[in-house]
Amino acid sequence: MMRLLRQQGWVVGLLALLVVLLIVAKLIQPSYGAGDFGSLVRAVLPYAFAVAAQTVVVIAGGIDLSVAAMMALTSVTAAALMAGASEEFALLVVPFVLLMGFALGALNGILIVVSRVPDIVVTLATLFMLQGAALLVLNAPGGGSAEWLRNLIVGTVPIPVLPDTIAAFFPKALLLLVVLLCVVWIPLKRSRLGLSIYAIGSNQLAAFRSGVPVARTKILAYAFGGLFGAMGGLSLTMSTGIGAPIPGPYLMASVAAVVLGGVVLGGGKGGLLGPIIAVFVLRLARTILTLLAIDPNVTAIVEGTILVAVVMFGAFIAMRSRSR
Amino acid sequence: MTKQPLLEATGVAKRYGAVSALKNASLTVLPGEVHALMGANGAGKSTLVKILTGAISSNAGRILVRGQERDIRSPAKARVAGLVPVYQEPSLIPDLDVLSNLRLTRTPVEPFREWVRELGVPDLDLREMARDVPLAIQRVLDLARALAVEPDVMLLDEMTAALPANLAERVLDVVKRQSQTGRSVIFISHRFVEISALCDRATILRDGETVGVVDIEPGIEERIVELMLGAKVEKKRVARKQADVDASVSAGSTRIAVRGLKVGTKLHDVSFDLRDGEVAGVVALEGQGQDELFAALAGSIRPEGGTIEVDGKPVHFHHPVDAIEHGIAYVPGDRTEALAMQQSVRENIALPFSAAFRNWGPIRMAREGATVQSAIERLQIDTRAQREVQRLSGGNQQKVTIARWIAADARTLLCFDPTRGIDVGTKQEIYRLLRQLADQGKSVLFYTSELEEVQLVCDRAIVIFGGKVVDILPVEIADEAALTRAAYGLSRDSKAEVGVLAEPHSAPEARP
Amino acid sequence: MSISTALPEQAPLGRRIKRFMSDYPLVPLLILLILLVLVLQMLSPGIVNQRWIANTVKFAIPLALLAGCQTMTMLTGGIDLSVGTAATMAAFIVATQAVDNPAPVAMMIALIPAMIIGFANGIGVGVFRVHPLIMTLGTSLIGVGCLQVYQRTVIASGAKVPDFLIWLGTGVTGGFPNALLLFIPIAALLIFIQKRTGFGRLLYAIGDNERATRLAGVKYWQVILALYMFSSILAGIMGLLYMGLIRAPSLSLAEPLVLPSVAAAVIGGTSIFGGRGSYTGTIVGALILTVLTTLLTILQMPEGARRILFGAIILLVTAAYLRIIEDR
Repeated sequence: MMRLLRQQGWVVGLLALLVVLLIVAKLIQPSYGAGDFGSLVRAVLPYAFAVAAQTVVVIAGGIDLSVAAMMALTSVTAAALMAGASEEFALLVVPFVLLMGFALGALNGILIVVSRVPDIVVTLATLFMLQGAALLVLNAPGGGSAEWLRNLIVGTVPIPVLPDTIAAFFPKALLLLVVLLCVVWIPLKRSRLGLSIYAIGSNQLAAFRSGVPVARTKILAYAFGGLFGAMGGLSLTMSTGIGAPIPGPYLMASVAAVVLGGVVLGGGKGGLLGPIIAVFVLRLARTILTLLAIDPNVTAIVEGTILVAVVMFGAFIAMRSRSR
Repeated sequence: MTKQPLLEATGVAKRYGAVSALKNASLTVLPGEVHALMGANGAGKSTLVKILTGAISSNAGRILVRGQERDIRSPAKARVAGLVPVYQEPSLIPDLDVLSNLRLTRTPVEPFREWVRELGVPDLDLREMARDVPLAIQRVLDLARALAVEPDVMLLDEMTAALPANLAERVLDVVKRQSQTGRSVIFISHRFVEISALCDRATILRDGETVGVVDIEPGIEERIVELMLGAKVEKKRVARKQADVDASVSAGSTRIAVRGLKVGTKLHDVSFDLRDGEVAGVVALEGQGQDELFAALAGSIRPEGGTIEVDGKPVHFHHPVDAIEHGIAYVPGDRTEALAMQQSVRENIALPFSAAFRNWGPIRMAREGATVQSAIERLQIDTRAQREVQRLSGGNQQKVTIARWIAADARTLLCFDPTRGIDVGTKQEIYRLLRQLADQGKSVLFYTSELEEVQLVCDRAIVIFGGKVVDILPVEIADEAALTRAAYGLSRDSKAEVGVLAEPHSAPEARP
Repeated sequence: MSISTALPEQAPLGRRIKRFMSDYPLVPLLILLILLVLVLQMLSPGIVNQRWIANTVKFAIPLALLAGCQTMTMLTGGIDLSVGTAATMAAFIVATQAVDNPAPVAMMIALIPAMIIGFANGIGVGVFRVHPLIMTLGTSLIGVGCLQVYQRTVIASGAKVPDFLIWLGTGVTGGFPNALLLFIPIAALLIFIQKRTGFGRLLYAIGDNERATRLAGVKYWQVILALYMFSSILAGIMGLLYMGLIRAPSLSLAEPLVLPSVAAAVIGGTSIFGGRGSYTGTIVGALILTVLTTLLTILQMPEGARRILFGAIILLVTAAYLRIIEDR
């Protein structure tokens, strides 16, 4: 128990911070309630998937700058395919887009392994390529989304045993997020592949000497990053009903949330829970600034400053642990 | 002997570009034997081990396991073939717990637990992060992990190096018993005491070649030292004569005084003086703390304890620039550490000139050119390929690293193995240069892995073993044999050591 | 261990070509530029004339200036993605401040945010060791936020581009764009810094081997701080010029030039890993990209395909340079 607390101390602290922020929100605006929480979760959804994508890659010792572009491309692809198509057709679109994300992510990994160019440069190049591809699919925001897909994140989960006032705090979007992340992450983390991902991020030489296939593991880590990115892209299409080819601000947010969530840039450490809570914290901080009636543009500055400060802090920690 | 060897390697070679790390190594390991692999620094021991365990692949040679050619081109495949290493640096993944580390290498847990207990660690928690396990225990876990998969051949690289005495004894005991099950162990060690207690035979490498296989028996130690040094033993008289001439320098005032220096985990307690006008040799086996000593004197890392005085005043270096301002310049042995490889010879030599903020402005090209040119001439650097330093030969590259500090007129040079991997002619030039510098009243601290250089260049030799100064030899008696003995932590009187070999179990206190 | 000491007298042909390329990267670049112009002339006969050349140069200059920032930062193994924001802020601020202030004052005010961005980048990269890509991306986000806030405060007062900047940005005198009056001294300064100053030497050396510079007594953070401030100010100056060329203030004025600026430096032979490159190559790279853009426009290549192409160029050229460098 003590060890669990020690290992998960950071996550527990974040969770406490989240609760404090929720209370602050409630104090500032006494009417803050279930509906607002629901919209918070819906706003978090694409960020959360971006963070998940970044987390897998960072744990493996890399970094994925193309995550926002990947989301844009998968989002417009889904929107373009579903525009004017039948509801049933969307059942095919979803797996296709997920597979596409997985494959493009793997491509990132393959390019890194084959070209031997550092992760950060390769994913910068693919950032532009994926962006370009998104523009080719749709050169302006457009397309459509199947109704059932959009309904997946609207409303709350009906739980019969709970009174409505409490059930209202379980938005469908939260359920979707938790289910999707768990379905991918838990089996992955328990598998040998998951171990290998941590291993190559922690100490590539030791991993190699322990018989881990380093190249294959790296490619698969990026592939899972791509898969989460595709989920993020789909969630964008779900919440807006269209696809937009210009990437959103997800890259910086994902890196900051990863750092804030206790995953060390450089790899090997941390889990998915921390970064996901961190992204809630960051979004909620933004909500609170809005509730305080601060100019939304100023909010953007404050948010940006927080992100940069978090990343600087993370780099500082990484530097300290390297030099020791 | 009619037994079929468990492992048979012949004609193994490995080249890195123009450098051959291993030329023609062979190694035969019989079932049930503990086989020592020995050689001086850079003889190719670790390269051979890496090849045998799939960490790198060889360019030539045949490797048979139980008489059959097996694919061992990756660590995973070598494991399957029954060759399992325990490397000098722990190979547990630091951010995974012990249990996950076992799963990663498909190691059965129960046998592992047994072995850990057997090796003297009764209370291991498998859920502990490898990072939090003390270094010595990590090595034991590495060994237990290897034992648990019951490999045909286990390769132990300096297994007892970081272990406290009680653990080391248990480890040696377990290794000894391992051989009784018909499995074999390849044992790499610098410690004669252990080898005599443990091993049946020894293969000796020199300059990438196998030069001898001997049975371990009392009195064999001298023979092994001889094999490790090779024909070099003959050279020493020539060297002595020259050294006598060179060494006739009167001692100057104390330039650097080191007292009780403690750096990191390897350097514990080092004290010595470096005087103006002398070349002081530092002799040590690999990893005895000499790297840390030089880094601390150069201002690269901060010592944890002890004092450094320069010209009688205590100093605290926070950055190499602090050392440079005191006239102390560090010439690393690894040239890739000191050179901007894609830049020209001139830019590399002139690099320290631009370092300070006040020198960021326009360069006086003519003056810089003259200074650089005189340094180039003094060191006779071949400048045909001066456009990029990476195109120079190793010897010329090394000259550039030294020329930089000649041009900057440093008063003290810390040379860390400056002649490693360069040709004989250039070596001679560097010896002469270092002597000239000393004659001009400068001081040089000179670590070398080639022991014969001590009598060629140095005024005395400071021998470090286990992070401490174990002896300071005057140059007259610092021949290779004496230095080797001292570097292995043996005392100056060689006769006594034969006794140690004769009684394998009597000398546990020889361990630092 | 032994090492072969002799210089290789006669290396294989492939290796000699590689070596030639890394010694004289300008030659293949100029050949490529001429080829592109020839293709353009063939696709659309008569297009290449003096007016076209002046126009091409006019549009290549802002790109070359921004690529100058990339060249300088890349020499140390860095990159500066905040140049677009620094330039845009300078441009937007000069246009709005010029309404109430004389032009020189407005220009001075316009360069202040650029300096602040550069300072923040320098501290983040030099002291905290954040990867330059992440750091400059972050400050660029903050800069955009600040610009949006600023826009709301000046929205009523309107905008006015100083006449001097319009003259500099769009004017042509005797067949030569006036922008050359700004560009030639800046280019000369950059080349002088790279070749003949201690600061320039340190940029190359840090990008080549940071550890070696540390051992030689160089303080990394000092160099990096100065570098990123220099880069941002250069970007700010480019923003002023670009304002004069485009003449319509917007909040994303220079952003579309960020990616091409990276591509121009990479094509021009500057290694993204640091230690290698020169501004002359970058200028040719900027010209190549400008001509290439014209070509793609004539071919009616959509914006998306253009981005894919630029991304692919960066990746391919970087991978190729890696191979050349490794060939020791």
